Parts: sequence; C-alpha cells; structure tokens
Amino acid sequence: MQHLIHYIFGIADNCLILGQRLGELCGHGPSLETDIALTNMSLDLLGQTRSYYQYVAKLQGAPATEDTVAFLRTEREYRNVLLAEQPNTDFAHVIARHFYFDVFHLLLLEKLQHSNDATLAAIAAKAVKEVSYHKRFTSDWVKRLGDGTAESHQRMQDAIDALFIFTDELFQQTDADLAMIETGVGIDVTVFKEVYYNTVRDILTEATLVMPESPYFRSGGKSGIHSEHMGYILAEMQYMQRTYPNMTW
Amino acid sequence: MKNWPLWEVFVRSKNGLEHRHCGSLHATDATMALENARDVYTRRNEGVSIWVVPSAAITASNPEDSGELFEPAKDKAYRHPTFYNLPDELKHM
Repeated sequence: MQHLIHYIFGIADNCLILGQRLGELCGHGPSLETDIALTNMSLDLLGQTRSYYQYVAKLQGAPATEDTVAFLRTEREYRNVLLAEQPNTDFAHVIARHFYFDVFHLLLLEKLQHSNDATLAAIAAKAVKEVSYHKRFTSDWVKRLGDGTAESHQRMQDAIDALFIFTDELFQQTDADLAMIETGVGIDVTVFKEVYYNTVRDILTEATLVMPESPYFRSGGKSGIHSEHMGYILAEMQYMQRTYPNMTW
Repeated sequence: MKNWPLWEVFVRSKNGLEHRHCGSLHATDATMALENARDVYTRRNEGVSIWVVPSAAITASNPEDSGELFEPAKDKAYRHPTFYNLPDELKHM
C-alpha cells in the first residue's frame, strides 16, 4: 500500500507542482492568448492531480482528503522531479520545461492506460487527450522560437540547454516504482527512454536547435530531496491551509 | 507581438449547426491561430469545429456607405413575405 501511494505521488506531484508553476503565470503571460493557453494547461494538470489525490485519500482513509494530501505534506514528502519545480525564468524556460515534461508524460500515460490498477488506468485514459494537446502546444512553440528570430533562437537554445540536466531523473525509478512495476500496476519508464530522447531530438532538430549533451544530470526530487525553489512554491501554495486550517471555499 | 496579425474566429457549436463568428485574436500564422482559438474560445465546451480567417482577408462594407447600401430596403415592406394568406393547416412558417 505504501509503495502504491508513493508510486502515485511520483506521478501526481509532478502534475501538482508543474500546475502550480504554470498557475503563477495567470495574468502574466506574454499575450492574452498564451496566458489563457498556459493556465488551461495548468488547470488540466491540477484536474489530473485531484483525481490521483482522491485515490490516495481513499487508500489512506479518513481523515485524509485530497486537500490534506495536496496541502499538508512537508517538502520531503513530495515526490515530484526537480524539472517540475524549476522557475518561470522566461517564456522559453516555461516552454522548455513543459516540453521536456510533456514528451515524457504522454509516453507514460499511453502505457498507464493499460495498468492493472483500474483507477490509475481510468485517470490516464482521460489525461492522455489533455496531454497530447500539451505536447502539441509546447512542441509548436519550441519550433516557433527555435526557428524564429536570432534572439528567440538563442533564448530557446539557452532554456533547452539549462533544463536538459533535469531530464534523466524522469527515468530514475524508486523502490516504490520497482515494486509497482513488479505487480503490473506501475510502468517501467526505462523502456521508452530511447524513444523519449529520439522524440526530443527530432523536434529540436526541426526547430533548428542543437540537442544538448551532458555527462552530468541532477536528480533528487523523486526521493524527496528538492531544489531551493521547492520551499518557496510550497510556502505560497500551502499558505492558506497552514494559516487557516480546514478552511474551504 | 504588436505585429502579430489579427484573425477572426468562427466556431461550430455542434454538428449540424453553422459556424458562427465569436471573436478575434492575434497569432503569427494559421496553426497558431487555430490553437489560440481552441484555448480562448472553446475552453468551456463551446464547440466541435473551428475556422480561423485572417481579418485582412475580409472585405467589409464601409459604415459611411450605409445610406445607399441599406436604407433603400427600409421602406420596402412588400419584400417581406407577409402578404400571403396561409392555409390553416400550415403550422410552422
């Protein structure tokens, strides 16, 4: 049971934290159209998060609810990858971060639809349509900025380079992941690692960008060891529930 | 972004109905216009099909010409089909 819950957190916390990051852009997008698009994607991710957390709350039993799961954990208890918590440095970073995640997320959900766990399979089947669009949107923007002006090309390349070191963590599997793969509930993500990097490379090439290389990758989030950004995200996200416990809308 | 062209958006709310103009937006090309239209105008389940048309492709009548274009039709009530005697059996007309 603990393994199953940790496995779900490994997927759901990415959606929560990335959704929170995109939510910060509400009213601050570069144009009205992209502002709405980014917050639409944020809401998609938060919707997926709710489904996962409702399932976790059911597994944990009362008094756990989706809200306690979302808002009342400490930093070490969140299992999202470091990629998801990286800041909205500029629009190119927002796109690059989401692009690296989308390609992975879609490959994962396509497989998770066939999980032995009926609830996870149902959540994945619903989310796969949303995430297909996310991938299309971010891939398009990678191409537009990469193959745009000299400045947009440089900024897109900088963002792609800066965030590349966080991609390997997507394929690192925890004990909980391995235990769930064993039972047919979890997905062995290493099987599509090559497909992932090939897909990323193809889109970057089309965008006239250079595929980054790195002998070194950063990780830790999946085991609860987060970057310095995570504390600030949680402070903002948890503020209401911590200050006014049990408050509701 | 200031030089992003303007596009007009038409949404078909369900199959069988016509596309209706619902607004405009800025985008660099047709693909982006379609994605933006999806995000801006169909997020509350408003549609099943979208058309985007460059606003520049639309030729519009000039408001200054309203007098000669539209006013002559105002007093031609006989052009409305209201002078026919309809049989009682005809319910929906």
